[in-house]
Formats: sequence, structure tokens, C-alpha cells
Amino acid sequence: MTSILLVSLMSLAIIKAAPLIYGALCGLMSERSGVVNIGIEGMMLTGAFMAFMGSALFSKWTGGVFNPNVSLVVGLLVGIISAALVAGLHAILSIHYKIDQVISGTVINLLAVGLTNYVANAYIDPTHLSGVGVFPVWKIPLLSKIPILGPIFFEHQPMIYLMFALVLFLQYAIFNTPWGLRLRSVGEYPQAADSVGINVIKTRYLNVILGGALAGLGGAIMVLESVGRFQKLMTSGRGFIALAVMIFGRWSPIGAFGAAILFGFSEALGVRLQFGDINHLYALVVVAALAVILTSIVWGINRLRNRSTKGKSPFLIGGIFTLGLTILYLANQVEFPKVSVPIEFLGLLPYVLTIIVLTGLVKRAVGPAAVGKPYEKQ
Amino acid sequence: MAIFTALLVSSIAILLSGASPIKAFSALAVGAFGTRDNLIETVVKATPLIIAGLGVALAFRGGLFNIGVEGQLFIGSIVAVLVGTNFDLPKIINVPLVMLAGALAGALLAAFSGYLKAWHGAHEVITTIMMNYIVLRIITWAIGANGPLRKPLSIVPETRSLFESARLPLLISDTRLHMGIVIALALAAGVYFLLFRTVLGVEIRIVGKNLHAAKYVGINVKRNIVLTMALSGGLAGLAGAIQVMGIPPYNFTTGFNVGYGFDSLAVAVLGSIHPVGVVFSALLFGAMDAGARLMQLRAKVPIDIITLLQGLILMFVAANQIIRSLYHLPAPSKEDSVNLTQSWGGE
Repeated sequence: MTSILLVSLMSLAIIKAAPLIYGALCGLMSERSGVVNIGIEGMMLTGAFMAFMGSALFSKWTGGVFNPNVSLVVGLLVGIISAALVAGLHAILSIHYKIDQVISGTVINLLAVGLTNYVANAYIDPTHLSGVGVFPVWKIPLLSKIPILGPIFFEHQPMIYLMFALVLFLQYAIFNTPWGLRLRSVGEYPQAADSVGINVIKTRYLNVILGGALAGLGGAIMVLESVGRFQKLMTSGRGFIALAVMIFGRWSPIGAFGAAILFGFSEALGVRLQFGDINHLYALVVVAALAVILTSIVWGINRLRNRSTKGKSPFLIGGIFTLGLTILYLANQVEFPKVSVPIEFLGLLPYVLTIIVLTGLVKRAVGPAAVGKPYEKQ
Repeated sequence: MAIFTALLVSSIAILLSGASPIKAFSALAVGAFGTRDNLIETVVKATPLIIAGLGVALAFRGGLFNIGVEGQLFIGSIVAVLVGTNFDLPKIINVPLVMLAGALAGALLAAFSGYLKAWHGAHEVITTIMMNYIVLRIITWAIGANGPLRKPLSIVPETRSLFESARLPLLISDTRLHMGIVIALALAAGVYFLLFRTVLGVEIRIVGKNLHAAKYVGINVKRNIVLTMALSGGLAGLAGAIQVMGIPPYNFTTGFNVGYGFDSLAVAVLGSIHPVGVVFSALLFGAMDAGARLMQLRAKVPIDIITLLQGLILMFVAANQIIRSLYHLPAPSKEDSVNLTQSWGGE
């Protein structure tokens, strides 16, 4: 097995993980402020749908005067704004009307599925509305020349870079800025936040809607950087995996990133396995090694964040990280015997690993304390 | 009122597509209730939703968010198929046996998530979602090309049909109305009795309301979580078993009851997680599913308007303040409500 294969798999893994990461960031923003969001799926679907409609109709109405990329940007904005509006409905229902946040999320999902399918059947299909393609790949000068890391991280379409930036920015902002502190205090203990003059209601509205915009990006990326058109129910449960990814990543952006990569990698593997050029045992070992490496990275970041003795010891983290890398290295040196495992079973790996990691390694994932509870001013 | 408003709002969508809302909704009503067969179809469609909806509701009462109903329902069906295509016992034994097998499969799957939560602190939302995918993949393999359960020589992914002895008896011969609805109603009564008339039910509800209180009064919380999940998953599994046992061609194919897990969540929530409410909301969902086809045929309205309608109904029922302010109705007395997101955040 060559490492070229691994590099291309990793690069594809990031692409496949991107919608999940955006979705998880959506859930994170909303839940850090104390609002449960099981409507991520609906918001992503809306984002995908409106991004398609926006770009396709803009291009149709302007008759191709503009560069296709202009249409794509218009579509992107329409997708973001629409998903934010849907999130606004979630916010109104759950914050203003104080209806149960799970119900409100379910409403969002039903409405999004109903509306997008309806319009797809009533308008897109009969008129054969076609998309305007996808964003081009931007190779970052110099950085993309770095061996191994370059092709993995720096040869992508623009929305992937935006995702990297957002993950890093939000990780910093949530845990290291006054804004983040206010946000977290609203999610943990709104009464206390209120008593020091933070506007709980406003904070919640703002973050739920901001989260919606992120989910919109997650939907839009599936249209604008992948297939180029809208397919009915195209998010196919990614909103729910994003929810799991968010919890798995312990409500932190970097954690969500790590968890999403695991799912993205297995999706990438699924794509490649259909070509039949990957040894099944090799795939198994690589996914396991990746899980080990990601876990150690997430631990490490948690430790750095706490800036204290809390968390795993650096030796353990380092050891496990090295172990993962070693397995990965060895996997690329050894010639594996040919064993045929049904592809479906290989696809099971990330789900099984998630459960194992969750029970054995990460342990309690506890969300913000006030999540799910409408705020009543005393 | 909420339903009326939802109809009104979705009329706009229908008008926009150039069809007549009145024609559409009358076709929907005829399709759901117009003839004996249509009425039967409504009941048949509602049956699994009642049972699975009860499962979701039971978990919610116990403070657990069982989002894995889809997987538990699937494994219930597939195990029912496994047993029902291999054992050909007298009907009186075989029917309960197959149902039990399905229920047990769902119960075990859900109980495992419950165990992981109680003893290892793994969030049930994640583990049940993961289980959904795991079950789905295994089933795809099992009924896929060369899979062990694939019907021989079939060109589509499907299993063999259940033996005659494993099929549910019909209530009215030559129709699709099978015993399932009777079982579903009995289960609704059973769940009501369990929740509100037994010690276990009280314990489940205390754990759901307040974990600390539950510990304080000496309830074995861990055992309770596992048990609640098992009961919830058992209901979901049974719903799946009854689907394959009651509906021709009595087998499992891909695309079979996809979305039931999700619908049952909506049904449970719409029925305000009360067994009686679940029955009515499942019938409502069943009626809309059953009537949708005729609506599409007669009024040329895409079938998906139904999902939209369901969402709107749920929204207006839940946010009844909107309805009250629209129609200037007085506010009802504040009643005891359950917080569905109880288990979500910190303790």
C-alpha cells in the first residue's frame, strides 16, 4: 500500500467531514447558549436547497451575464440566510413561545423536508432546473507544496478553508474571549448571567440564528462544492450525525472536528472501496489508528485548554498519539493478506468506534447545564 | 383549531403550485376516510406509529431520548423475518413467538444503549443514532446480493416471505386490516396502566422528572434506565415485527418503513407523550399518509405537502399560544408538563 492512497483518502475525508463539522458547529452555538437543537438536519437541508435555488435561479434570470462563480456566491448567501431564518423560527418557538426545544426541532425537520420535497417535485423536476457547477479548487501557494500535509489540507475548495478558519476561530472565541464567556454562562447558569447584566434572551436568539447560518453553510457545501445540484433529502441524516459529532466532541469545535474526520474518513473509504483497490484489512487498521490519533489529539487540546493538571497526563497522550502514528506507518509498510470483508461491515467501523470511544475513553459527555430549559426571568 | 390553521397555511403552498386547496384536502379526506378500504388503510398505516410512538413516549417519560426507534424497529422486523421464515409451528404458537422475537430484539438493542448510559455515561442520543446506522448497514448486507437473508433468485433486495403460520390473522377477510391495531390499542392501554398505575411506572416518571429525587428516595436509577430503554425498544421492535407479519407480501425489503422511526418521534411529541394522545396523533398521521395518494392523483398536488402539513400541525399544537392569540381564546390552566430535554444537559 502506498501512502499516496492514504493522502488522497485523508483529503477526501476532510471534504466528506465538512458538512458534519458545519452542522456540529451549528448545534454547538445553539446549545452553548442553552437551546437544544435537533433541527440541524432541517436547517442543513434548507441551506442545501436554497443554495441550489439561489445559484440556479440567479444564473437563469441574469442569463449568464456573470461568471458562474458569482451565481455560486449568490447561492451560498441565499442558503446561509435561509437556514438562519429557519433557525430564527426555532428560536422564536423555543425562546419566545417556550415550547419544548425537542418539539421545535422536530417541527423544523418536518417543515424543511416537506417544503424542499414539495418544491423539488412541483418546480425543480418539471422545469429541469439545472445547477451552475461547483466552486473551483484553490491550491494555496507554498503551503500546498508541503509533502503529505499540503495535498491533505491545502488543495481544497474555498468553503473547506472557511471551515478550518471557523473551527479555529470559534474554538478560540468560545473559550478565550469575553464574548465566549458570556455565551457559556448563558448556557450554564442563565440566572447568574442575567444578574451580571447579560441579556439572556438576546444571547440565545443571536446564537441560535448564527448556528442556523453555519448549518446553512453545511448544507450549501454539499451542493456548491460537491454534486452541484439539489437531490431530495440529500442531507440524509447528516444533521443527526452532526448532533452526535457535537456531543462526541464535548461541545467544543476542535472536538467536533476530530469526531467528524472519523466519519468523513469512513465515508471516503466507502467511496474508494467501491473501486476495489483497497485491501480490506488495511482499511480496518487505518481507521482504528486514526481513531486512536484523533482521540489523543482531542485529549491534548482539552488539557491545553484547561491549563491545569486536569485531564490525561501528557505522557499518556503522547504515548497514544505515537502509538497511533506507528500503527499508521506500519500499516503502510506491511503487505496485508487478501481478506474480503463485506463493505457494509467496514462502513460500520466509525459507528462502533464511536460507541467504544465514548464508553471506554471519553466517558461522561455532559452538555451545558441549562440546555433545554426555557429562561424565565425571576 | 391548530389543525385548521395548519390546513390554512399549507393551502398557500398548494395555491402557489397552481392547484386548488379545497379539491386537494377533500381528496385527502376521501382518501383517508371515504370508503371502507380507505378507512382500513388509515388504521393499517397508523398501527406501527401507535406502537413505536408509545415506545418513544415511554422513554421520554423516563427522561430518555430514544432516537434509535428506527434501528430498533428495523431489527424487530428482521428478527421477526428470521424466525418467521425458519419456524413453521402452529399459528397459535408461531404468531406470539415471532412477535416476541421482534420485541426482544428491539429491547436488547435499546437496553444496550441504556446500559452504556447508566454504567458508562455514554449519551443515549449518540449511541442510539450509532445503533441506527449499525443496524441499517447489517441489514443492507443481510438482504443485499449474496446476503444470508436474501430471497433466492430475487432481483431486488428482499427477504423471503414469512410462513403462513407466522402471519397476523386478518380482522376482516379480503382486506388489509390485520390484528395489529388490536394489539396496538391493547399496548396503549398497557403503557397507560404501567406508567400511571404501577410502582414501576411511578419510578420511571420520577427518574424522568428528577434524577436526584429518584436517588434520594432509593430508586435504583441505573436499573431503571436500562429497563425503560428496554421497554421502549421492545415496543419499537414489536412495531417492526407487526409490520412484516401484517402486511403483504410479508417480507422485508429496503425502503420498507423508512422514516417510521422519525414519524414516531413526531407522533409521540404531538400526542404530548401520553398513551391516549399517541393513539390519536398516530391515527391522524396514518390518515394523512393514507389519503395522500388520492390527493396527489386527483388534485395533482405533490405528496410531500403531507410532511409540511404534519410539521405545521405539530408546531401549532405545541405553540398553542400562537393559536390562542390568533383566535382570541382564553389561556388554559397551567398543567403538569414534561420537559423532553430533561436528560440532555448536565445533571
